[in-house]
Amino acid sequence: MSRPRRLWLLPVSIIAALLLGLLPLPPVLQPLRPYWLALVVAFWVIEDPDRVGLGFAFAMGVIGDLAFGGILGEQALRLTVMAFILQRFRAQVRFFPMVQQALVIGGLLLNDRVVSAAVHLMLDEPQLPWSYWWAPMLGMVLWAPLFVLLDALRIGRRRS
Amino acid sequence: MPAYASPTPPRTGDVAGTLRLLTYLALAVALLVLDHRGGWLTRIRAQANVAVQPLWWLAGLPARLGDSVRDDAVTRSMLAEDNRRLRNALLVSGARQARLQVAAAENARLRGLLGAAERGGLDVQLAPILDIDLDPTRQRLILDAGRRDGVRLGQSVIDAGGLIGQIIEVTPATATVLLITDPDHAVPVLVGRNGVRLVAYGKGRSDQLELPNIPLSADVKVGDAIITSGLGGRFPPGFPVGNVASLRPDDSRAFLVAALDPAARLDRGRDVLLLQQSRDDQPSAVEGRPGSGMTGPSAVESGDSEQQRQHGGDEPANAAGTADVPAAAPGSSRSPVPDPRSRPPQGATP
Repeated sequence: MSRPRRLWLLPVSIIAALLLGLLPLPPVLQPLRPYWLALVVAFWVIEDPDRVGLGFAFAMGVIGDLAFGGILGEQALRLTVMAFILQRFRAQVRFFPMVQQALVIGGLLLNDRVVSAAVHLMLDEPQLPWSYWWAPMLGMVLWAPLFVLLDALRIGRRRS
Repeated sequence: MPAYASPTPPRTGDVAGTLRLLTYLALAVALLVLDHRGGWLTRIRAQANVAVQPLWWLAGLPARLGDSVRDDAVTRSMLAEDNRRLRNALLVSGARQARLQVAAAENARLRGLLGAAERGGLDVQLAPILDIDLDPTRQRLILDAGRRDGVRLGQSVIDAGGLIGQIIEVTPATATVLLITDPDHAVPVLVGRNGVRLVAYGKGRSDQLELPNIPLSADVKVGDAIITSGLGGRFPPGFPVGNVASLRPDDSRAFLVAALDPAARLDRGRDVLLLQQSRDDQPSAVEGRPGSGMTGPSAVESGDSEQQRQHGGDEPANAAGTADVPAAAPGSSRSPVPDPRSRPPQGATP
């Protein structure tokens, strides 16, 4: 059980999430791009509450804003809200079966869209087209494979 | 503490958590407002952008690889086909160019007669687009060329169709383009047919612009070509911005609002052209050099990717994308160069 050995997974997963968010997609698929950063942050909030909390979510949000060229603070706000809700229900969510967990994540991602829309409304920025509201669905579907993958990487490292 | 108020330990944790949440939310909102209103945060942001550049570079890699794979994998017949098409296009452009040369010479002569100042010549520089998807609500574009390649703040960005936007942020290796479709962007324009002056605003959608406050008496029709007017000095005059797609009365019914189809391909291309208005625009009508008017970029040579950094234009521009080009003093006054080939093409891509 060596702690430093699995430290690499956290930054690597975040960088991968940022890259997946930036990757150019054909215009048809763009609205369906899941919010990878939120998925990864959610994973860490559930799995590693000692190190990952609101501050982490906030910092990742700021980095995300810089990377995606959005308004500084928007994703920070969204991820903080998501991390807070997840922290509250962490005890339950942790032991949910995967399907139920995915539903919770789907709900959180949908809520995230609402928060984002509210921020845009507040700042008088243009809203996203409606097709972008499908992205939480895809995020929900992708939660299970992502969780299994990250968990396997984590546990695998720990046992070796 | 009375017993009935007994808060359980998790409850105090809850309170602390909520406080933390509120702190971070307040921080985020402060950031949002500061960034939205601009100001000192923009400078910090520009600094921080340098830090995310490796990320952009990495994210743009697949697209670049895809391009080079495509370039490598094209068959001979496809190349021949490409070649034939480009040759035809060049021929057409060449013919058009020749006609424009005559017009430009005539224009210069007439301007000389009028004693009017000649417009400065235009340099162009080819800059590759870094192919990454940014926040879809913000109409920005990242260029794979920065201060090192001679990109400067405020330069106009065009493509073969027309105006794309302007440079709003330059870092050593990248530059950010604010597209004309961004809601924060406005271009002074005029209707090509009758010279009515208007302002075109972005709407946050990559396929539409808006022309509000058109007087009912102004003769604007669907299909009119809208070009930059050059007022304000930010954009050079005469570049296509779009075509009027539809007209409708605004809320007050006293004015019309027109929707514009942008002339440039804003969604995705591989390269854009940066305009450099040369500084020698003192009244030099006497010179009357041909081809230095508003003919714009002419006959851009586009071969395969190695030759992409080649460029045409009235005067040689420096090659973007090559880091070691000493920028050739892009803004400095340069003597009129009658022969575009007098300066050797600079640099090949590493």
